[in-house]
Amino acid sequence: MSDKYRVVIVGAGVVGSSIARVLSMYENFDITLVEKEPDVGWGASKANTSIVHPGHEEEPDVHPLRAKLCVKGNEMWRTWAKELEIPVTFPGELMVFTNDEEEKKAREYIKLARLNNVPGVRIIYQEELRVLEPNIAREAKGAVYAPTGGLISPFEAVIAVVENAVENGVKLMTETEVLGVKVSEGRVKGVETNRGFIEADIVINAAGLYSDKITHSAGVELNFQVKPRKGEYLLFDEDIPVKPTRVLHTTPTPITKGVYAITTVHGNVLIGPTAEDLPIEAKGDASTSVKGLDYVYQEASKLLREMPPRSRVIRTFAGLRPEPPGGHWLIKAYSDPWGFVNAAGIRSPGFTSAPAIAEYVANLISETFDIKLVKKTNWNPYRRDITRLNNRPLSEIDELIKKNPAYGEIVCYCKTVSKAEILEAVDRMIKTGIKTITLDGLKFRTYAGFGMCQGAFCRWRIAKIVSEKLGVPLYDVTVKRTKYGIGDVKTLWVERKG
Amino acid sequence: MKTLEYDTVVIGGGPAGIAAAIKATELGLKTILIENRDLLGGIPLQCVHTGFGLHYFKEDLTGTQFVTRLLDKLEKLRVEYLLKAHVHSIEYLDYDKKLVNVVTPQGVVRILTKTIIYTTGARERHLYEIGVVGDRPDGIYTAGEAQTLMDIYGIMPGREVVIIGSGDVGLIMARRFALEGAKVKAVIEILPYPGGLMRNVMQCLRDYNIPLLLGHTVVKVVGKKRVEKVIVAKVDENFKPIEGTEFEIPCDTVVLSVGLRPYLKVLEKLGIHIDPATGGPVVNEYLETNIPGVFVAGNALVVNDLVDYAVEQGELAAEGAKVFIENKGIPTKNWKLVEKGRNIRLVVPHAVSGERDVIIYARVANPERNVYVQIPELGFRLFSYGVRPAEMIWFKLRKDMFSKLGADVNKITLEVKPR
Amino acid sequence: MSKELELTCIICPASCTLKVTVEDNKVIKVEGNLCPRGVEFAKNELSNPVRYVMSVVKVRGGDLPTVSVVTRNPVPKNCIWQVMEALAKVEVEAPVEIGDVIVKDICGTDIIATRRAKKI
Repeated sequence: MSDKYRVVIVGAGVVGSSIARVLSMYENFDITLVEKEPDVGWGASKANTSIVHPGHEEEPDVHPLRAKLCVKGNEMWRTWAKELEIPVTFPGELMVFTNDEEEKKAREYIKLARLNNVPGVRIIYQEELRVLEPNIAREAKGAVYAPTGGLISPFEAVIAVVENAVENGVKLMTETEVLGVKVSEGRVKGVETNRGFIEADIVINAAGLYSDKITHSAGVELNFQVKPRKGEYLLFDEDIPVKPTRVLHTTPTPITKGVYAITTVHGNVLIGPTAEDLPIEAKGDASTSVKGLDYVYQEASKLLREMPPRSRVIRTFAGLRPEPPGGHWLIKAYSDPWGFVNAAGIRSPGFTSAPAIAEYVANLISETFDIKLVKKTNWNPYRRDITRLNNRPLSEIDELIKKNPAYGEIVCYCKTVSKAEILEAVDRMIKTGIKTITLDGLKFRTYAGFGMCQGAFCRWRIAKIVSEKLGVPLYDVTVKRTKYGIGDVKTLWVERKG
Repeated sequence: MKTLEYDTVVIGGGPAGIAAAIKATELGLKTILIENRDLLGGIPLQCVHTGFGLHYFKEDLTGTQFVTRLLDKLEKLRVEYLLKAHVHSIEYLDYDKKLVNVVTPQGVVRILTKTIIYTTGARERHLYEIGVVGDRPDGIYTAGEAQTLMDIYGIMPGREVVIIGSGDVGLIMARRFALEGAKVKAVIEILPYPGGLMRNVMQCLRDYNIPLLLGHTVVKVVGKKRVEKVIVAKVDENFKPIEGTEFEIPCDTVVLSVGLRPYLKVLEKLGIHIDPATGGPVVNEYLETNIPGVFVAGNALVVNDLVDYAVEQGELAAEGAKVFIENKGIPTKNWKLVEKGRNIRLVVPHAVSGERDVIIYARVANPERNVYVQIPELGFRLFSYGVRPAEMIWFKLRKDMFSKLGADVNKITLEVKPR
Repeated sequence: MSKELELTCIICPASCTLKVTVEDNKVIKVEGNLCPRGVEFAKNELSNPVRYVMSVVKVRGGDLPTVSVVTRNPVPKNCIWQVMEALAKVEVEAPVEIGDVIVKDICGTDIIATRRAKKI
């Protein structure tokens, strides 16, 4: 038996994955990252507004951790994104106001910015606003400008963080659902899962929407309840005339951060979200609604001088965000049961804060469990992104093809994705420890199917590459959670008769 | 990177492109055909049903037979083509010089050409652009995708199917699903009339007792992992769902046949003008776009209901390329715009010269019985028992009809009038 | 006693609406047809409706895993399932040429290939 602490992290969202990466820096731990879904980051980490918040919306006296870790996380993502080659930009954020009442509210955020040490936040008016954002709506009067506001590709971020963590020794187990934490004699012993028992000295609960269930099973925080809050979005094509240059949002109200209009790091216009509190039983309901989408579309028109037409929508989606009691994150390490750690109920600005939360958790573990952290000498901070053709000069594409002709076979026309990229993504998924190669997973890694046609041209082509690569029939390739087809047409016919 | 030189580059190896490449070669142009996939033929390769070729070959063929005839001709003429070749971008250097950058497994090939015939076809509209909400489970296919799976790869997408949209592909796929043993629960059409040909309503739905729900829409897709059901409602005259009319149809598969849109990604970046009515480019009677020497044909130009028309357009574009090269540009100086009059939803081409015979393709906005399709400026009038949006209006305007037209007249108007 | 009924001709995409007058179970008049095939269709449809059956069959060693097929002549509507059952059991070897007979003599006709399968 090794002298390392066996750590199980429950949930491979951005929080769990970041914790895995940070803990992988140290000699002290033997880490298993456990995820119930077939892939990483399929919960709240995927379907969000993809913003790196500046941190001027958090009230330090009410939410001290949120205030502190958001500002720090904003800083940390800059380094992480470089190390891990995650698509990220920092165009700055404009909280737009259109009347005196909103302006008054907006001014409060200047105060918060000062208290939280958010750099450069100030009020701007008409002319400067129109210089900073030429596409701003006519009725906009002014805005709170937060220059550190950024945009990230959230799903790629989680994938990159996990790939790097695995590179540094973390073991990923997908399609593994934690049924409960086992505690005995005041210590955690491990987790019971659908795939059997996993022994552990330390269990970290980063289960997002389901983090209440996990902490209850460990016997602590029995009144802690995480409710789902739904956010609906509209995603538009890249090729629309008027796109936001900054992160734009309406002035927040007590229940929502406001509706955003952004141009994603991939060039699509994204507007949303709604903020609808659902009953606790509705943790699986990420359905969209006409009402929600109409609301978002209408609100966003306060931000842009010309809205993209609904006919240019390429996708509508909704995400469920965990909403803990009072909006308070539950980040705590326990000495009873010894070895249990909560990083639970991480609601917004959780994505932004994740790297800082991870460091905070590492320190908590060190202090609470009296573990003297020892840095690995061979820890690798770097992860290379998939080699992509999109936006690459022709001469470089030519060179890539000379080395590997599969770069010369384009499978996704909308996003110019080659067979080589699909194959690289499959290899990476296998290497990361993902049990089932899903077409959805490939889409989020390669962008194939992310364009205007939404996969009508390319989904079967990609499925065929996967089928050949894995040696399974085409109908047996997994889309997201089920198979692409139910079987061979003629065989099914005979069987039905038989 | 290799650079090649041609008179014309045909982009897209479906029926329009194959026809254009054949015609251009016959007209003596140095021609190359570029195709993304590893085989030529395009969509008709997966169309195992008949109804192809009556107009062009005067024979009723399956899509597969139709396109094979074209392909045999292409091979016989030894037309050059590249497979697995993706047009990455087009650079406009001069009116008779364009650079087509092609990504192939052999490397990037740059083709310098005088003219381009763009025949990349159309894409299928998807669930999100028609505003269907709800869950986003597995089990949702476009009709074309389902057709590829069943009729090329022999695999069955699902058991219990609801088809959204009654376009011809949707109707054809309803029959294919039924024949191969699936249960087709319903075809749902938001309009008060079917989107496809009546013939297909009869032989694809009626023959197999498949319900066609006109004036209905899917308001919600429900399913955790795979589709479990759809919620359907009646719609009012503004196509809004009527509250209280909702009902469920359990199913494991949703197939979308909600129309096609010309797919012009690369050309849009080049700055072509798009007609919002067709979704395709604005063209003159040679099917030339606002960019000199760039022609568009087939479903990339306008969504056709017969492959025969796509072929006809491909050939016309090739003739245009020939005229363009010979005259260093299309010589016409005095274009007459073709305007949309009463009950005309779209018309192609957008400008005619009156210097040659020209074929007009049009669609009406609403079905109408016993009407004249007419162009008052030319004294042209065609009687029809009925016009329907699903059926393209096709007719030829002879050169001599324009002789009555004053030299100062710069437009003609196509309209539908009750008799 | 004569009666009138409406049919949609399915012979070609023109989809003519046929007004058919029937007397003593015999078609005595057809209107609305653009070509003579409409009359024949109406007569058949009311006595012995027939359909082409189109599908695919499995192919071994071809460039694509199936070839498409059609009945050489239309078969009676009640024969459709018999044709489909036969097709479910057939597997052919590439190469296949358009017009090749895939199933011989079924429901009074043959089933022929409508897509080429190149041998690979």
